[in-house]
Amino acid sequence: MEAFTVHTGRGVPLRRSNVDTDQIIPAVWLKQVSRTGFEKGLFSAWREDPSFVLNQPQYEGASILIAGPDFGTGSSREHAVWALQQYGFRAVIAPRFGDIFRNNSTKMGLLPVVLPAETVEALQRAAEQDPATEITVDLQAREVRGAGITAAFEIDDYTRWRLLEGLDDIGLTLRHADDITAFEQGRASWLPVTT
Amino acid sequence: MGRTLADKVYDAHVVRRAEGEPDLLYIDLHLVHEVTSPQAFDGLRLAGRTVRRPDLTIATEDHNVPTQNLLAPIADPVSRTQVETLRKNAAEFGVRLHPMGDDGQGIVHVIGPQLGLTQPGMTVVCGDSHTSTHGAFGALAFGIGTSEVEHVLATQTLPQVKPKTMAITVNGELPEGVTAKDLILAVIARIGTGGGQGYIIEYRGEAIRSLSMEGRMTVCNMSIEAGARAGMIAPDETTFAYLKGRPHAPQGAEWDAAVAYWKSLRTDDDAVFDKEVVIDAATLTPFVTWGTNPGQGLPLGESVPDPASFADPVERQAAERALEYMGLTAGTPLRDIEVDTVFVGSCTNGRIEDLRAVAEVLRGRKVADGVRMLVVPGSMKVKAQAQAEGLDEVFKAAGADWREAGCSMCLAMNPDKLAAGERSASTSNRNFEGRQGPGGRTHLVSPAVAAATAVTGRLAAPADL
Ligand code: SF4
Repeated sequence: MEAFTVHTGRGVPLRRSNVDTDQIIPAVWLKQVSRTGFEKGLFSAWREDPSFVLNQPQYEGASILIAGPDFGTGSSREHAVWALQQYGFRAVIAPRFGDIFRNNSTKMGLLPVVLPAETVEALQRAAEQDPATEITVDLQAREVRGAGITAAFEIDDYTRWRLLEGLDDIGLTLRHADDITAFEQGRASWLPVTT
Repeated sequence: MGRTLADKVYDAHVVRRAEGEPDLLYIDLHLVHEVTSPQAFDGLRLAGRTVRRPDLTIATEDHNVPTQNLLAPIADPVSRTQVETLRKNAAEFGVRLHPMGDDGQGIVHVIGPQLGLTQPGMTVVCGDSHTSTHGAFGALAFGIGTSEVEHVLATQTLPQVKPKTMAITVNGELPEGVTAKDLILAVIARIGTGGGQGYIIEYRGEAIRSLSMEGRMTVCNMSIEAGARAGMIAPDETTFAYLKGRPHAPQGAEWDAAVAYWKSLRTDDDAVFDKEVVIDAATLTPFVTWGTNPGQGLPLGESVPDPASFADPVERQAAERALEYMGLTAGTPLRDIEVDTVFVGSCTNGRIEDLRAVAEVLRGRKVADGVRMLVVPGSMKVKAQAQAEGLDEVFKAAGADWREAGCSMCLAMNPDKLAAGERSASTSNRNFEGRQGPGGRTHLVSPAVAAATAVTGRLAAPADL
């Protein structure tokens, strides 16, 4: 996974709540078997509307999505994270995230940042008033800075460490293969097998 | 202090616990389908890894599969490639697969319980958010993303931080004509689509206890629509009776040992939940959604709400957008909303009991002119049973379309779709914008309401007929 330490970029205000992963990437894009090319599917239904925020030239190249509450609810599709990353987003700031989306993001190195609704709103306003506003998402310091705002965010130590180092979970878990084997020996004999 | 059901199941699966790290949780059953697995298998291949426990893994084809002409190749080449990729991966990594046309094929959350693979006290995961369905058996079951699918394939474990617990207690009896679907839609409307975030919900109380396994699965299925990680119901005699004799259920002395353990899987009387919600079943009525998220629902007897009536500005704005997308006007009685399509199926309501409920309403009646009705069984076994009971004849006589098993119009990855602007009453779980086809409009309903709606052409309950 891609490591995340400090990122500075411009923000896109997405003033909608409950942006489910079906909107982030509609189902028709999920048929791909590769891991690339999902940027074309990002918000594809909404992008048909020329006034949609991602279609506005002033937000081209922005890398921080500033979204409303309950971003990434619904389907578990990790394609939503891939689409955001491949489009160029490094972080999403929102007051609340869907659990699975948030989890998927941290596996891939897209940083989900939870900030209070008023702070998110202030950042959205700043990005609307001046799309050139730079925002810094600092995972080292657990802080978002920009537009005259400095806001601390919470993230657990372990996830932060994994993101800072860009570590792959599977490799970490395989270091405990002996523990897994030992656990397997104690499993109840009635538990089903599929074969 | 006593422990909750969720605590007991979770704790029994901790492989490793270390200060400052997530727990490593053992996974008893991993369900796989074609959409969220190709990149995971690719990852394994790239790293030279194998599937650690193919014997705890099972795959099915469901999301993309057509529900007609099973013998013809899948017309959409991208869908076909995805299904073929799963077949290749399953063969290469030694995973049992139920392909299209196989009598064990079906929606992933329908076949696990049907085979008896989902049992109380287990941990179950799948690259699919509705894995919460399996919690109906007292299993801890939750959806995961593709990176985690790869992780489970490689290690049979997942790093997890223990979620908080929430109790939703539904006291009293559900009134006549009110179903599990109405109950869960009412719960989501009450706590909101984010109300369950970070929690495992345990559903309890008399109204839950009296639900069949099918009804319990419907309730747990939609836990994710309230934002919860998982939903659970303590196993009881209803659970044991459902499981007994299923192909993968324990037998003989093993059965007795299993049941003895399963009986211990209940929340202790002195356990404390992080959050509690209490609902009086007697107040519930048939419930339908009017908006574009599953929390935007109301009793069928009400009218489309006025966005101005929402105090919270975020909710108000969401309601405005939803009405615009749905093409609805505030104040319109929900019963006046006309539909083009009725969809019966999905992992929420595609099981035999759901089909029986639909047949009961349709028997001797006709689907209204101009309404298309699709009845899609959740699995080939459900299909066979429905046909053995003659339900297919009832559907066909009424003018409904009787199909093969799959996800179908629940997410429109196969040819079954709404056209832009078309409106459906659907027994599935998501009314998101475009979920049933780009521009399509969805009202979530119970099977009984779906059937009555098909007959009248507008949102209706069987009591209205
Ligand atoms: S029926 Fe719908 S919700 Fe269920 S697994 Fe299929 S697509 Fe997902």
